[in-house]
Amino acid sequence: MKKVSIDPITRLEGHGKIEIFVDDNGEVANVYFQIPELRGFERFCVGRPVEELARITPRICGVCPEAHHMAAAKAIDACYGAEPTRTGKMLREILYNAFSAADHTTHFFVLAAPDFVVGPMADPAERNILGLIAKVGPEAGGKVIQMRAWSHELIEIIGGRSVHPVSTVPGGVSKPLSKEEAERVKEIADYQVEFAQFAIEVFNQVVLGNSEYVDLIMSDMYAHKTYYMGMVDENNKVNFYDGDIRVVDPDGKEFVKFAPEDYLQHLTERVEPYSYLVYPYLTGVGWKGFVDGKDSGVYRAAPLARLNAADGMSTPLAQAEYERYFETLGGKPVHATLATHWARLVELLYAAERTQELANDPDVTSPDVHSMPTGITGEGVGVVEAPRGTLYHHYKTDENGIVTACNLIVGTTNNNAAISMSLKKAAQGLIQPGGEISEGLLNEVEMAFRAYDPCFGCATHTLFGEMPLEVAVREQSTGEVLNTVKRFV
Amino acid sequence: MSKPKFAMYWAAACGGCEIAVLQIKEKILEVGENFDIVFWPVATDFKYKDVEALADGEILLTLFNGAVRNSENEYMAHLLRQKSQVLVAFGACAAQGGIPGLANVSNAAEIKELVYIDNPSVLNPDRVFPQERFEVPEGELDLPHLYDTVRALDQVEDVDYYIPGCPPEGPQIWAVLETIIGVLKNGGDLPPKGTVLGAGTKSCCDECSRVKEEKKITGFKKPWEVPWDPEKCLLEQGIICMGPVTRDGCGGRCTSVGMPCRGCYGPPPGVTDQGAKMLSTLAAIIDADSPEKIAEIAATVPDPLGTFYRFGLAKSMLRRAKV
Repeated sequence: MKKVSIDPITRLEGHGKIEIFVDDNGEVANVYFQIPELRGFERFCVGRPVEELARITPRICGVCPEAHHMAAAKAIDACYGAEPTRTGKMLREILYNAFSAADHTTHFFVLAAPDFVVGPMADPAERNILGLIAKVGPEAGGKVIQMRAWSHELIEIIGGRSVHPVSTVPGGVSKPLSKEEAERVKEIADYQVEFAQFAIEVFNQVVLGNSEYVDLIMSDMYAHKTYYMGMVDENNKVNFYDGDIRVVDPDGKEFVKFAPEDYLQHLTERVEPYSYLVYPYLTGVGWKGFVDGKDSGVYRAAPLARLNAADGMSTPLAQAEYERYFETLGGKPVHATLATHWARLVELLYAAERTQELANDPDVTSPDVHSMPTGITGEGVGVVEAPRGTLYHHYKTDENGIVTACNLIVGTTNNNAAISMSLKKAAQGLIQPGGEISEGLLNEVEMAFRAYDPCFGCATHTLFGEMPLEVAVREQSTGEVLNTVKRFV
Repeated sequence: MSKPKFAMYWAAACGGCEIAVLQIKEKILEVGENFDIVFWPVATDFKYKDVEALADGEILLTLFNGAVRNSENEYMAHLLRQKSQVLVAFGACAAQGGIPGLANVSNAAEIKELVYIDNPSVLNPDRVFPQERFEVPEGELDLPHLYDTVRALDQVEDVDYYIPGCPPEGPQIWAVLETIIGVLKNGGDLPPKGTVLGAGTKSCCDECSRVKEEKKITGFKKPWEVPWDPEKCLLEQGIICMGPVTRDGCGGRCTSVGMPCRGCYGPPPGVTDQGAKMLSTLAAIIDADSPEKIAEIAATVPDPLGTFYRFGLAKSMLRRAKV
């Protein structure tokens, strides 16, 4: 048996590590995905005034601090018995949807698109954002940079800061939006919608226009028939900020729909001795191991899952794109992991349209930005759809609002089991007896992983391109490195 | 002539420092022009053995972000110190322990017990815990050792400079890099060792746009308990704001939206313990006629440890008697 290590990949709460064991016949025996770090937020949030958790938990992730800020804000509302005012809720949602649009933009253009636009087997020196710009045209690069910069400007206007925003308070936000700020927010929202349409056009041309890529997306090597989870509004349409949690089975039928505060009845987390990150599964189905199918409680979250779990999008352009997505990919549910990239663009369009819709509401500049707490309730659950999956914050407090317990299930964690399964399936499909472990192969294993946009796939790739990997083929008994394949930028 | 080498590493951190570096936007190209980036886990080759293979001092500049929370973090701190001429503690976690340092109210066993046993969503009747070495049927897997105590970078290694902030602000980061690039190109001296770079020498109050008058408070309030006022000092309204005991450099962003400072830029020059300084600051502005009354009002601060030492617990004078 040989051990193939992809070590370290990069981070979630720390660094990721993939261990691939190859047996004596040269076939993949097993794959382990490990998270080697734990920081203990759930422990040190205890003892803090509950409202401070909106300022502490964003430090779980500097890539998506807005998601933690909002999930915390909602849990804090519940702990304080403070129902947000209409404007307070609107300002939170504008910030949050603008952030979601920006985050999806970064992932698609910087991380995912180079595989398709430039090609999965292309020279790695070209398979990056710069290669993409060369192929699609320099104006595309300019648009991506403007989209990111303007979106972050919007986040700063409402949130105070673009990394680790601060402005939510129980029942809303701290600061009203001025008329001038509202005009700028509208302008940014308009640009977001325009940009999202451009992004879908790029996808049409370079991915859907190439039957090889469509075949790759739909290939069995990248598919898993799992349950899917996503937040939906009262019409079962996708919503990132508010709603119930809906889970559909591998046939696409509703398995369960529950209010966020009931999450403990439906989700259970499992501990494995080789990773610091737990593995959530559906309590109602049970844990059957790292396998897919109707009998396995493994579920998936994030864009692919959210579109499968909902009946549609609440905004017109995104709804049209949602319909085209399922028509093209053979109906619901879509199990193809790589289709996540298209799903992400449908969501990008939705988030931009939703930002625009809210930014044009006349109440957006109302000074009534927060309500007042009605009394300490002692408990609160706050759930939002983070770009990488459903994010749960659950707090308990004493009668003074001091936190006594804190439980968090973060976006990427939902997909922990599925990521492990996808890596194994891709590695088994790609690593063949006697075959060479090439750079292109590495990239194709990585594509299984990248589709989930695990949290460590952060925006620093912008200028340097590909996520570098090294695969070392080791003799299992001695640990001796027999062969090394490296991929640099 | 080859370009000087640059590295950036994240230990126990959130990734926000990496995003902050991106906020320098197109200037990052100048970093690329002036440095050979040899190690940056998210951006370039990130195998540790490539760093191990470098000569001692071969890297000119390493920006190290994140606290030291486990054995892997510590190993990298020592390795990068050995390989770097200039080692910078970048961001609040590396400089002061940051928010992960709040875990020093606890220890590794307690954290694991909570995360893997007590959390209400966890089902773990066999009490399975992550193991540093674990035999699977196909071979052996390993994980780093989680420490009981979180440390700032200079508590495990010799540090040349500090860039505070959670995260440091983009323009401040660029100002530091520009200075270093300038010295490389045109000669001159780098700042003295131990200097706090990318920040001011006063307090956050000096850059906060709110108007400060006489501070006299009779009790504490939460931000939502006062009417919105973009002009008035938050502390004067009774909202606990760490501005007076925090170094300037952020531009007063939190207070601009009516939220109090939590001290991420660390203590200003001359202050070693930010939390202790805040206590004395509060005592001085409480409007009461007797020391007993002052103490009584001061005691109503809900969470002094988590508020006054939000980012600086690991580096503070507070030390626990036992783990």
